[in-house]
Amino acid sequence: MAALKAGSRLKSAVCDTEVMVVRAAADDVRLECGGAGMLAMAAEKPAGVTLDAALAQGTLVGKRYTDAAERFEFLCTKGGKGGLSIDGEALVVKQAKALPSSD
Amino acid sequence: MNVLMTLEMAAECHPERVAVTCGERAIRYGEMLDAARRSGATIRASGCRYVGFLDVNSIAAPVALYAAACAGLPYVPMNYRLTKPEIQALLARIAPAWLIADPALLEGVDIPAGFTVVDRETFLRDSLDASVQVDAPVPAEPDAVAVQLFTSGTTGAPKAAVLRHENLMSYILGTVEFGAARPEDATLVAVPPYHIAGISAILSSTYACRRMVQLPNFDGKTWLDTCQQEKVTNAFVVPTMLARVIEYVDGAGVDAALPGLRALAYGGGKMPAPVIERAMQLWPKVDFTNAYGLTETSSTIALLDPEGHREGFFSVDPEVRKRLHSVGRPIDTVEIEIRDGDGKALPAGEVGDVFVRGGQVSGEYLGIGSLLDADGWFPTRDRGYVDKYGFLYLDGRADDVIVRGGENISPGEIEDVLRQHPAIADVAVVSVPDTEWGETVGAAVVINGDAKVSETELRDWVRARLRSSRVPAVISFRQQLPYNEMGKILRRVLRDELSIST
Repeated sequence: MAALKAGSRLKSAVCDTEVMVVRAAADDVRLECGGAGMLAMAAEKPAGVTLDAALAQGTLVGKRYTDAAERFEFLCTKGGKGGLSIDGEALVVKQAKALPSSD
Repeated sequence: MNVLMTLEMAAECHPERVAVTCGERAIRYGEMLDAARRSGATIRASGCRYVGFLDVNSIAAPVALYAAACAGLPYVPMNYRLTKPEIQALLARIAPAWLIADPALLEGVDIPAGFTVVDRETFLRDSLDASVQVDAPVPAEPDAVAVQLFTSGTTGAPKAAVLRHENLMSYILGTVEFGAARPEDATLVAVPPYHIAGISAILSSTYACRRMVQLPNFDGKTWLDTCQQEKVTNAFVVPTMLARVIEYVDGAGVDAALPGLRALAYGGGKMPAPVIERAMQLWPKVDFTNAYGLTETSSTIALLDPEGHREGFFSVDPEVRKRLHSVGRPIDTVEIEIRDGDGKALPAGEVGDVFVRGGQVSGEYLGIGSLLDADGWFPTRDRGYVDKYGFLYLDGRADDVIVRGGENISPGEIEDVLRQHPAIADVAVVSVPDTEWGETVGAAVVINGDAKVSETELRDWVRARLRSSRVPAVISFRQQLPYNEMGKILRRVLRDELSIST
């Protein structure tokens, strides 16, 4: 459990998923992917931890994931098989507002 | 949060898609990431502290930007139209640097100690050498400097604007949907690599996984031909460029059809009404977007979207019609406030100083520091107002306001009136020192072909339409007005010249 820092990147312990923290409230929360706590990019993946089949909704690269209160937002920078959750609440894809290309 | 992430994601999802085309050459997203990593490792090992770029647009420009990110160093593209002494002065400010440059631009320039200088071809050959394998670099922190741009210096010595990874990525994540481009999409990059729009074009296109077509040297014909040949779907131009394209189309009577073009964005200066209206006539199916932004704000902070253009173009209501000449509404991730001289927020419709706040706003210069106030607001130095619908209208630069006997006069309104005179082809209004009023109104005018008009006639023209304080005290007839290469008028030069003539 730790506070999440906007701009930092994390990886899943049980699949290929990687995320970047876009927005985070200051509380200490547990961010999980596929039922296992997410890790710092440099950390070793622990042995013996596997994807919980019930929490395998999958992540898609480029999609934003948020909680119902929109206190946290993550950008998936690499897709994987696990689903994301914060303190047990499954995160959902946030619909992006389409902007016209300005460059 | 690092600009390199845009390329890592694009290379992961679309490694085979063409990232950049320039003339006969092309590079794919997968190749571009490998190239950036290779050159990044070489540059990092050199011990240099900056990555300089002094060349026209080519495949090398985006590779250099991402190589700098891999090396964890600021990328500093510089204006290749500067004089040798100006180039020399900028190089001294980034020593020691890894410099990718056109050798012809460095003839007679003393290279500071510690520099490594390579030409474009050597840089590309080494970065594309597939026999060299390198690992993914450890990305720099979000608050590390990603890009350093020297301002154009129209009001003095160039300032080094600092853009951090978190500023640029805040803009990209707030405005671009990852992978949104269709496989056949292509964007034409005509702005030079040292312009903020050239930087944001690379980052936006990469994050959208859209092919960039780099145009080394702009002229109206080349732009139109390249659009047609490369089946360009999106393009960004500064107003001067659009004016040149239209001059070429109307002058040469060529076929201007651009069936592939879907979106044309413009920004970087005031768009003359006849130019945008003619463009909308020429290409009625194209979506036009006006983007307002500054170097210090990581580019776009407000947009007039295609719908706003059509509302303005087709409306008979003057309040809606004038929308075509606004810069639209702030994008979702920034706030805009208009303030009076005492810093108090102004209501809709009142002209004041434009302030902006948001994650993409850097507002910081090397050696000067941050210009953000305690609440994070940045003074753009632009004047303007927001109408009751939330549209932002610009009214020139704060530095250009003429203070005549305590009255603030905007050059823009006088220029607009003079430009409507049939004999006038171009005009700029500047302040001129005056013993009685402190400052007074000076006008530099260019006359259409063999038309004839007297100073008195022009003064009467202004007096009939504006208050008498707006009537130019000094009028100078000229063959042409001084512009910089991005189409910005050099008001400082005119002020100096008109002051001497009084």
